[in-house]
Amino acid sequence: MSRARTTTTATAIANDQVAASVRDLSKRFGNRIVLDELSLDIKAGEFVAMIGRSGSGKSTLLRALAGLDRDVSGSMAVAEPVAVAFQEPRLVPWKRVIDNVTLGLRGADPDRVAAEALAEVELTERRSAWPLTLSGGEAQRVSLARALVRSPSLLLLDEPFSALDALTTISMHRLVLRLWETHRPAVLLVTHDVDEALALADRVLVLGDGRIAYSATVDAPRPRDRNHPDLTALRLRLLRELGVPMGETDELI
Amino acid sequence: MLVQVVPRSATRDAPVWAETGGGRVWQFLPGRGWLRLISLLAVVGVWQLLSATGVLPATRLASPVTIAHTAYTLVTTNSPTYGTLQASLLVSAERWGIGLCVGVTIAVLLAVASGLSRIGEYAFDPVLNAARSIPLLGLLPLFIVWFGIGDLPKILIVVLGALFPMYVNTFAGIRGVDPKLGELGRVLGLSRWELVRHVVLPGSLPSALTGLRLSVVGSLLALVVGEQINANAGLGFMINTAEQFLANNIIMVCLFMYAVLGLLADGLVRLVERRALAWRREFAQ
Repeated sequence: MSRARTTTTATAIANDQVAASVRDLSKRFGNRIVLDELSLDIKAGEFVAMIGRSGSGKSTLLRALAGLDRDVSGSMAVAEPVAVAFQEPRLVPWKRVIDNVTLGLRGADPDRVAAEALAEVELTERRSAWPLTLSGGEAQRVSLARALVRSPSLLLLDEPFSALDALTTISMHRLVLRLWETHRPAVLLVTHDVDEALALADRVLVLGDGRIAYSATVDAPRPRDRNHPDLTALRLRLLRELGVPMGETDELI
Repeated sequence: MLVQVVPRSATRDAPVWAETGGGRVWQFLPGRGWLRLISLLAVVGVWQLLSATGVLPATRLASPVTIAHTAYTLVTTNSPTYGTLQASLLVSAERWGIGLCVGVTIAVLLAVASGLSRIGEYAFDPVLNAARSIPLLGLLPLFIVWFGIGDLPKILIVVLGALFPMYVNTFAGIRGVDPKLGELGRVLGLSRWELVRHVVLPGSLPSALTGLRLSVVGSLLALVVGEQINANAGLGFMINTAEQFLANNIIMVCLFMYAVLGLLADGLVRLVERRALAWRREFAQ
């Protein structure tokens, strides 16, 4: 099933191999152009990471794909269902963990489906907890479970790990990869962390001036060694694309 | 001298006790519930002592023992002048209960209507805010002209006393729900009704319950004043009659009864709060 969202033109996805197709997407806030005729295709089951400096429009693109920003021009089509995990977990504080996961879930026996998803993120024993009693990592795992139970064709992750400590982030990366390998949704991960993008994605995009400024495929097998020579070279290239000044200390990064 | 040093970064947004842990200390003292009664009992004790020694003349302020005895007599004997205390209390409680329920119900309906829609907001909010600034008790003479001197104007004034605090707080609660949760609802594909039921209304509950507590106080005040007007039954009638006989002990019994009504209702709302806002309470512990 597919659905097109736009203010101007609409196309439906005819091809099962495409999870999202964006053409000439533009967005401006007053005189500032945030997205400038951006085009992007995401294959079914592909893990794409998008990095960019703050204000580069990466979140705007994700919000447009999620249907949260309709004030864009151009065309886009996404494979339904789409699920989103935000930077803050956005759990409803007055609903227990399990009820947060089943919120808005249609279909038979939502509680059983939600319990399975909670088991996958290893939170079975916290199913009746109030969200305010969870740690940051636990809350983000609930948020992932809530996205997961919708069996998304396209999973949008908006910097979901940026507020977590380094150790929690590592285990979250493993969890996301495991979930992705089990369920195989297409993933668009928006992040500002080059290492995170390199650890997870099939393809890394750099967003600059409202367009895709650079695109690279990452072939290294997972789980990835951070010091893999391909990754080290790509890391430098990505940092350069992001405009991080490079000097004689390149090798140390 | 103790000087409390708070990190510069903490002075701005974090409450000081959160930084120092000072607010927690009291929680570990045993029996802090009944400890709070000590100061109250001390005041009553000193009062009794001053009355017994004649420092407080009985014609001005009756002693606690006299008040208790008066209450006992009013309950056990049906005097031709005053009737019984419990009958008066029942009449007053009924006026108050009806007025409070009606006022709170109307307030919630109006707050939901204006909180959830622009049309509702433009229709009700300006009118209610303008009406809110009219001194409630100043309306009494007008109400008597309109509705006579029976129970109706008394109940209506209670309705208004309950309505405004409840409306303002419920409306603010609905509008104060985190817009990010609204976005979440859209992403999860919630219908408008589901969004209202699962997100907006529960999210407005903390504020609405604060409004309810203010409504209890406001409507009780309205009851006390409303009952002074041509009452022929109820606590207000007892006070009016006692005033003519300079029976300040009876006036004080009636005032005490008003206080009991207020405390009971407030306790009830607190109980509801503790149950309905359990998701917040566990966080505080």
